Amino acid sequence: MIELKNICFTRNNKKILDNINLVLEDEKFYCLTGPNGSGKSTLAKIIMGIEHPDSGNIYLNGVDITDKTIAERANLGIGFAFQEPVRFKGITVFDLLKFATKKNISRNDACTYLSKVGLCALEYVDREVNNSLSGGELKRIEIATVIARNPSVAIFDEPEAGIDLWSFQNLNNVFKELEATYKGVTLVISHQEKILDIADEIILLEQGNIVKKGNKIDMLDTILPSTKCCKKVKYE
Amino acid sequence: MNKVDELLLEEVIGTNLKEADAINIRKNGKSIERKISPYIEIVSKKDKNGIDIYVKDDVKFGIIHIPVIITESGLTDVVYNDFYIGKNSNVIIMAGCGIHNDLHKDSEHDGIHRFFLSENSKVKYVEKHYGEGKGSGKKVLNPTTEIYMKAGSSMNMDSLQIKGVDDTIRITKGELAENTTLVINEKILTNNANKAKSEFYIELNGNGSSTHVTSRSVATEDSYQEFKSNIIGNAKCYAHIECDGILKENGCVKAIPEIFAKNVDANLIHEAAIGKIAGEQLLKLMSLGLNEKEAEDAIIKGFLK
Repeated sequence: MIELKNICFTRNNKKILDNINLVLEDEKFYCLTGPNGSGKSTLAKIIMGIEHPDSGNIYLNGVDITDKTIAERANLGIGFAFQEPVRFKGITVFDLLKFATKKNISRNDACTYLSKVGLCALEYVDREVNNSLSGGELKRIEIATVIARNPSVAIFDEPEAGIDLWSFQNLNNVFKELEATYKGVTLVISHQEKILDIADEIILLEQGNIVKKGNKIDMLDTILPSTKCCKKVKYE
Repeated sequence: MNKVDELLLEEVIGTNLKEADAINIRKNGKSIERKISPYIEIVSKKDKNGIDIYVKDDVKFGIIHIPVIITESGLTDVVYNDFYIGKNSNVIIMAGCGIHNDLHKDSEHDGIHRFFLSENSKVKYVEKHYGEGKGSGKKVLNPTTEIYMKAGSSMNMDSLQIKGVDDTIRITKGELAENTTLVINEKILTNNANKAKSEFYIELNGNGSSTHVTSRSVATEDSYQEFKSNIIGNAKCYAHIECDGILKENGCVKAIPEIFAKNVDANLIHEAAIGKIAGEQLLKLMSLGLNEKEAEDAIIKGFLK
């Protein structure tokens, strides 16, 4: 379980997060959504320790981790898939998975993780994580590095951003399986209806505030009517 | 050979020396061990230091090891090695030099290697340079590699200088006939006040010739590296030159690209990127549980792999 208490974050005189209070429970799949610039990625980065709040505290299973480094949080069980996966010259997919698991895993183990994200494992395991991989391939490898850690809190920052429709369908299946089997907290930042539809709970963030948090039936009604209204105006 | 010699050899060519078909080990300016095979001959030069290596035609697979070790402080060893690779032959050549210098005088090895590749021959050339020792005497290595490629031949050269070489000037020249491929991967790490210069002069003379040169350098502490490439396209050819440098502390890297297309069908590309380790790369590895130092080491190790 992860808990955020009174989290505030201001940059360039702009309040990015304004007194956020949030509890995320184990075995639940949360979807964090909201307009661009509402503070979603900042919130996720604050949980991972990539950004530090100006005030407030973060608790992982009751332990205050506000002052812990990224690596310490990772080793306590927080995993983070970046919105834009990083490329490395010389580091292979196999290397990344070995770092992720902190074990000298076998090629078979590495292949298992890659298969989970729909990649034909043998084709990818020895490839460098560089420009030769497409955006969709990188996204899936990024997700595999988080799944391989088996974290108690798994955060995915816009996993669907920048990938084609075909890859998205595969990703959607990955998240469906995660939702069904994963024991920890899953937090996915997304705008996609299909991912919102998987969620146990949806959190709507606007201008640094949590506007509403609830189950998907209530929340989809809150989020989607405005879109339908726009369509009406446009086409009638 | 004593323990120091064996360790130096291991650094340069690993532990699989005995697997080679032909061997020439040079220590402190003299050949100390030689092995030849019915299809690979090694002959000492009569007019100067060095050897001629002859690989017969149609050798399907051969391994040649010609390491050099220097343990004598104050020695300057200049050696000329020529490789003649027969038609349709395919060989792996492992060379390189390890210097152990515990004293105050400089030790230097200048290896001038020339490769003459006959039609449709194929060479994999691995060269590793390494220096060690507690003395103030410099460890200096100046390798020159000249590659002359006839039609249909290909060569893949991996050059590695990872540790302990104070000064180096590396010169690589290539002349490529039609339908030839030359791939060069060079990796250099410098520290302390090391200086490393690497220059490439490649002429693509035949239609269908191509070269791909990748230079990866890591300059740490007060070290300096310079990369210069001069590629001339005289025919319908392709060249891709890539120079990547990582800087740490006061390290400096200078890249001087020169590509000269003299034929309308020549396609020459040069890319260079120098900078410190990207912050996002560190963040990603730290998010996998590595601390900052471990993440930095992993990135450099991968970069130079």
